[in-house]
Amino acid sequence: MSGRLSRRDFLAGAGTAGVALLLSPPRASAGAADPVLAGRPLVRYPEKTELILLTSRPPQLETPMKYFDRAITPNEAFFVRYHVFPIPTRVDLDEWRLRVGGHVDRPLELSMADLQTKFSPASITAVCQCAGNSRGRFSPRVLGGQWGDGAMGNAEWVGARLREVLQAAGLRPGAVDVTFNGLDAPAFPTVPDFVKSLAVGQVMDWPEVLIAYQMNGRPLPMLNGFPARLVVPGWYSTYWVKNLSEITVTDQPFEKFWMKPAYRIPDTPCGCVEPGTAPARTVPISRMRTRSVIASPESGSRVPVGASSTLAGVAFDGGYGIQTVEISDDGGQTWRATTLGPDLGRYSFREWSARWAPARRGPQTVMVRALNGIGESQGMTPLWNPSGYLRNVVERVDLEVG
Amino acid sequence: MARTLVFRLVALLASAPLAAEAGVVSITLPSDQGALKAGTGMEVTQRACQMCHSVDYITMQPRGGEAQWRGVVNKMIKVFGAPIGDEDARVIVEYLSREYGAGR
Repeated sequence: MSGRLSRRDFLAGAGTAGVALLLSPPRASAGAADPVLAGRPLVRYPEKTELILLTSRPPQLETPMKYFDRAITPNEAFFVRYHVFPIPTRVDLDEWRLRVGGHVDRPLELSMADLQTKFSPASITAVCQCAGNSRGRFSPRVLGGQWGDGAMGNAEWVGARLREVLQAAGLRPGAVDVTFNGLDAPAFPTVPDFVKSLAVGQVMDWPEVLIAYQMNGRPLPMLNGFPARLVVPGWYSTYWVKNLSEITVTDQPFEKFWMKPAYRIPDTPCGCVEPGTAPARTVPISRMRTRSVIASPESGSRVPVGASSTLAGVAFDGGYGIQTVEISDDGGQTWRATTLGPDLGRYSFREWSARWAPARRGPQTVMVRALNGIGESQGMTPLWNPSGYLRNVVERVDLEVG
Repeated sequence: MARTLVFRLVALLASAPLAAEAGVVSITLPSDQGALKAGTGMEVTQRACQMCHSVDYITMQPRGGEAQWRGVVNKMIKVFGAPIGDEDARVIVEYLSREYGAGR
């Protein structure tokens, strides 16, 4: 796709946000068979289809598993996660500016037109996954957002390359970190504003990091970061700052609350510790671990005996690309390869599917695991850390055959 | 079939007229959802916690004893600066430990 949007197209798409809110009352629980999702209402937020409510203020909404049978997650089904409140609910594009300042030679104030025309649009298909996706499945359990598996999505993002924007501003010698702030700002001054950082050296060598103003060919939904958000492919979405308004280059390491002590993992090779224990040292979370899910049939479904059913889902990793996806119906003793869908790039969901013809009746479990481009796979035993991050254990669905 | 319908609906919405003010995009958020269990200390807990977040932040957490909830309340006060006095903090910890305690 070409990627460049005229301002008129941009506003026409964005105008859907102004359409009257289609809010349905809370409905039956999202997944009665799943203890993590049981009792959670399905809700409709602006520009969103029915999603699973985690929290209402700040809003946190989870994507139902049924959407992960395909590589691209629709914008209206994409998960939502904010940290502080209030969040932006109104953006005037005539007034919105992206300010780039700090330790630079030429501070910038970019309008949306500037962002779209002064920098070549770049496109990347990349998975956006919350660091705490599946936290609700940790054992022993941990405090925090009790997500099921739907705090993730995959989209084609179009935007300006962060590197080119920083080059235009001109980094001064001694630049250390780049910080990113959005329009969300806590009501109480004591609550730490949500600001994240990346190292200067890293982002200048990383052309895929984008300031995205388009998501699957449309403006971003407000709740996914309108009018622009950072896209850090392969890294957990804590870095993908939404409703972006301010980029600041620092000459000192940036270690405010949301970088330290928040969003850190044990400084061990697995990012894990013995369950129930505290790590001796921590580092900021970064690259995503290899994962795969079975979206169809959903756990708890009935499938016919002696006939072939289709199993389908997606797999992804931290940016080396998925090599194989395998399934097992004997508790992980033997595995067989599945058929992979089109390759949309090494940061994208990769669709997989397989035919499966169970020969006997009764309850059966199917498992899935993926292998990425550097040989990382998934374990049969969950790894544990006190914040409930990085979950990538082999996933399963329990089916009733017959 | 269903996906075609969704696609058409999206196309329809996309061609809908802009919001009254050109260049402005706005949404209206639904109100808070979730409710705390009735019990001594519920009102104090609700008032204190709702200053910053909806109570579903509480009700989704793992059940836990007094140590867990004291830790949570202390974090809200010390890290996020919640203006909660000592007496209210004591009432809140007692309420949460009782109504959302281990085994509940």
